[in-house]
Amino acid sequence: MYQILKQILKTGIKTEPHPVADDALRTAAQGLQAEILHVFGQALSIRHVDAGSCNGCELEIHALNNPYYNIEGLGIKFTASPRHADMLLVTGPVAKHMEVALKRTFDATPEPKFVVAIGDCGCTGGIFGESYASCGRVSNVIPVDVAVPGCPPTPIAIMQGILAAISAR
Amino acid sequence: MQLEDLNIEFHALAGAIPAWRAQIGADRLQPVCAQVRESGGRLLALWGSDERANGQGFALHVALATHPGLLMLSLALDANQPAYPDISAIFPPAERMQRAAYDMLGLCAKDAVDQRKWIRHGCWPEGQFPLRKEFDFTQKMATGLDAYPFIPVLGDGVHEIPVGPVHAGTIEPGHFRFSIVGERVLRLEERLGYKHKGIEKLAETMDALQGAKLAGRVSGDATCAYAWAYAMALESMTGVTPPPRALLLRALLLERERIHNHLGDLGYLGNDVALSFGFAQFWILKEDVLRANGALFGHRYLMDRIIPGGVACDLPPQGKARLLAETEKLEQEIGTLRAIYDEHAGLQDRFLTTGRVSPDRAAKLGLTGLPGRASGQAWDLRAQYPCAPYNELDVRMATHRNGDVAARAIVRVEEVLESLRLTRLILDKLTEGPLTAPVPSAPAGAYGIGMVEGWRGEVLIGLQVGADNRIARMHPHDPSWQNWPVLEHAVIGNIVPDFPLINKSFNLSYTGQDL
Repeated sequence: MYQILKQILKTGIKTEPHPVADDALRTAAQGLQAEILHVFGQALSIRHVDAGSCNGCELEIHALNNPYYNIEGLGIKFTASPRHADMLLVTGPVAKHMEVALKRTFDATPEPKFVVAIGDCGCTGGIFGESYASCGRVSNVIPVDVAVPGCPPTPIAIMQGILAAISAR
Repeated sequence: MQLEDLNIEFHALAGAIPAWRAQIGADRLQPVCAQVRESGGRLLALWGSDERANGQGFALHVALATHPGLLMLSLALDANQPAYPDISAIFPPAERMQRAAYDMLGLCAKDAVDQRKWIRHGCWPEGQFPLRKEFDFTQKMATGLDAYPFIPVLGDGVHEIPVGPVHAGTIEPGHFRFSIVGERVLRLEERLGYKHKGIEKLAETMDALQGAKLAGRVSGDATCAYAWAYAMALESMTGVTPPPRALLLRALLLERERIHNHLGDLGYLGNDVALSFGFAQFWILKEDVLRANGALFGHRYLMDRIIPGGVACDLPPQGKARLLAETEKLEQEIGTLRAIYDEHAGLQDRFLTTGRVSPDRAAKLGLTGLPGRASGQAWDLRAQYPCAPYNELDVRMATHRNGDVAARAIVRVEEVLESLRLTRLILDKLTEGPLTAPVPSAPAGAYGIGMVEGWRGEVLIGLQVGADNRIARMHPHDPSWQNWPVLEHAVIGNIVPDFPLINKSFNLSYTGQDL
């Protein structure tokens, strides 16, 4: 126990200032209503869905939870069930084999809800494109509010995308 | 075992690793596999190709690891009834690879016990095969729902827990079907293939240089290993040797990939036993490594930095000092954290004996890579077939015999420390010089193999190039193919709440096997 406490003290607080929302990432007019923002306030639950990524974007989503980015410090946490979620964070081109699962996850998420597509593949289909096995971009399958490009996007860019979705215009 | 013992006419494949290739008849497949197995060899990969455009039928390719080197066996199969003898009784990991070879190409393993589909769910109909040349890559078919016959477990008090494909954490999708009594797992059956996005077929629309970028996205967390294996395959068929500085930088990047992945896993293993302190600490270290990657090489995960012919980045002048300082800090911090993990009773209680795969079972089932080394399977390409620059680095392989979560954690710690030692050696050897060698077009019909010890285990790329430097066939092989079936064995008799911990201790790639 002593060693753990000593290490914690030595490490100090690593968390950096959080970025601000990047409005440029909005894909379309979202019709954000004041009451939605009121409902979410400063607490947001996110359900991540990997719809067919190369797992690169997952690495950066994991990094959001490290002490530097400390996304929970913003009141944002990842939840285990879409039924508890306010937002879906979707990575990958949507593999055909994941199409049904993604739609069902979307349907299981209660209104009001946001969808943020992560990475070049989520935004455009990326290198995998559309084919017999890939539906391409996330918005081909479910409605998307914000799309964050990058291969993979940095944790800061992902945070900016999340914040863009929930902050008022 | 000597190659001559097999009584086959091999010809040596050019390239960075010792490899031989031979055409054999279907009747020789089982005896040769049995002989390789008896002498301690392993199955690395099995895939097919459509050779009908060349006036032949189909072909089956079997890659075997033996002590002298890699053996590539190719079988010519009939154009109308492509079939070959089942080898899953000799090499258990062959089973799913054979089922995938049927789904993708219609190649049938005769007399195989399990003939269920594997990669195919509902997105293309039975009787169609995406990797056949007449199959249109861009066609869109109605998605049918998947009906998959799981094997039921019957008996008093047995019930099933279906998990996935969408999991509870930030994890890739796959389905796990647990049959349990009380809390104990009687049987786990995996259903994968959800991430199938047509990588192999997509490669056939690309030329050989474009393929490198795709190879680096087969499994993003092992992008350096895939990019290097791909480059090695293309360089072997075009007779290119990258300059010494490029080879050293490749090794530096590959070791950095190993370091950041192992650090991340060590953090999550702590987290999974409720020691969130471990997560915070190891992920600070991981983030530091990623930031240094971004600052020095221009990409946090080093994607597209290894290219055919060499590397697409250089170590800037101030880089050496930064990496040496980082290495020293990591060694110190890992030492502290290792001692804390070692002495933490709660953590050790969860780690020890959990998800155990004995060395005997590991050998029988063909467990490979990092989990293999934690179960006494002493294979590490960097030590066994050390391609340049590893031939000058004398890699010390980490092996343990307990085969439990604790052993897989210790192997990670030891491998990170070894990677840090290698980093110093590499930085010491690094001299000025060119970063790339020109890569000419490959001759039509060329065939090449590349294989690299990634952080999970050996990553193999089989490459065939047709006319105009177009890719005729690209098969990327992830070690997860071998290890997923062993995970089913590792959880037997464990309690359900330990599954996430056991799964994390293997940390297998879904995308790497779904392709």
